[in-house]
Amino acid sequence: MARSTPEIPNASMADIAFLLLTFFLVTTTIANDRGLSLILPPPPEAQQSQEIKIQERNMFKIQLNSSDALLVEGDPMDDVSGLKDQIKSFVLNNGTDPNLSDSPLKAIVSFKTDRGTTHNRFVEILNIIQAAYNDIYAERAGVTNARWREIASDLQDPENARLYDVGRGKKADGSLEIPMNISIAEPTKIGG
Amino acid sequence: MSKFKKKTAVKQEIPTSSMPDVVFMLLFFFMVTTELRKTSIDVMQRIPEATQLRKLHRKSLVVDLYIGEPKKKDEGTDYKIQADDNFISPDEVLLWVSRKRDDLPEAERDLMTVSLKIDRDTKRGICADVETELRKANARRILYATMQAKENL
Repeated sequence: MARSTPEIPNASMADIAFLLLTFFLVTTTIANDRGLSLILPPPPEAQQSQEIKIQERNMFKIQLNSSDALLVEGDPMDDVSGLKDQIKSFVLNNGTDPNLSDSPLKAIVSFKTDRGTTHNRFVEILNIIQAAYNDIYAERAGVTNARWREIASDLQDPENARLYDVGRGKKADGSLEIPMNISIAEPTKIGG
Repeated sequence: MSKFKKKTAVKQEIPTSSMPDVVFMLLFFFMVTTELRKTSIDVMQRIPEATQLRKLHRKSLVVDLYIGEPKKKDEGTDYKIQADDNFISPDEVLLWVSRKRDDLPEAERDLMTVSLKIDRDTKRGICADVETELRKANARRILYATMQAKENL
């Protein structure tokens, strides 16, 4: 019964595997679809051109000029660390302070840039505005800010969808108690 | 003395028999997580950092638009918009978006998100032009691609 058992040489298997591994390592791009999400307003033509009066107190004005300098409610600001809390108290004022918003519903954060503002600075400030809103939502839903953003990213899950509605205060008619009213205005044309 | 000599006779080889298994494990990891690169990006992509990131789960509903300075010097230093494999001007964005939208199944066309991958030094002017075009194309869901910043706000 001296039968030679057929064998595949497997000494080179590691080499082949390494070769494939290298190929995938080189061609790979780890999916990176993360960032600040935003919904743009409807196209300019579709909007009615009627003048909408917004009270001064309901507008929180943030401006960036062509050299990336920041102006908040008319005052220059160098240190942005306090901006988030300022926005939060503006939104959640509910008519207490006569200089701040009437209600979260009416509160609008107006963010205006110049054509010469860099994208990096734009993202930095937009991040702070969204952080303020996400903090408010997260607190209402009783979760952390990071968890809130996970919830908002995955609304397929019914529990997430429920918390998402709690956080934003969705009413029976579908409107929100605290909509994220961020108005990004057409940039001014001073720098570039 | 003989006792000590015995000890030095210990084998000093690293067992290599499990190496193929380890390599295969790595290989499968990369095969699963990989997303083959479809386009070569010809504009600078130093993506800014932020903390309030949202994640998009459905890759098929995301289309990428790259904005930045061209990598090649002979293309000039003007900021350019890259869609798929070519540079386009802001007024071509509308056409590009509608072509992209036609590729999607009808029920999901409204859910398309445009991921704007913008270099950090890009001026807002060109970005705003693109956004205006996206509004006209009714592709209003956008995402400013950012990296995760370390510090907490």
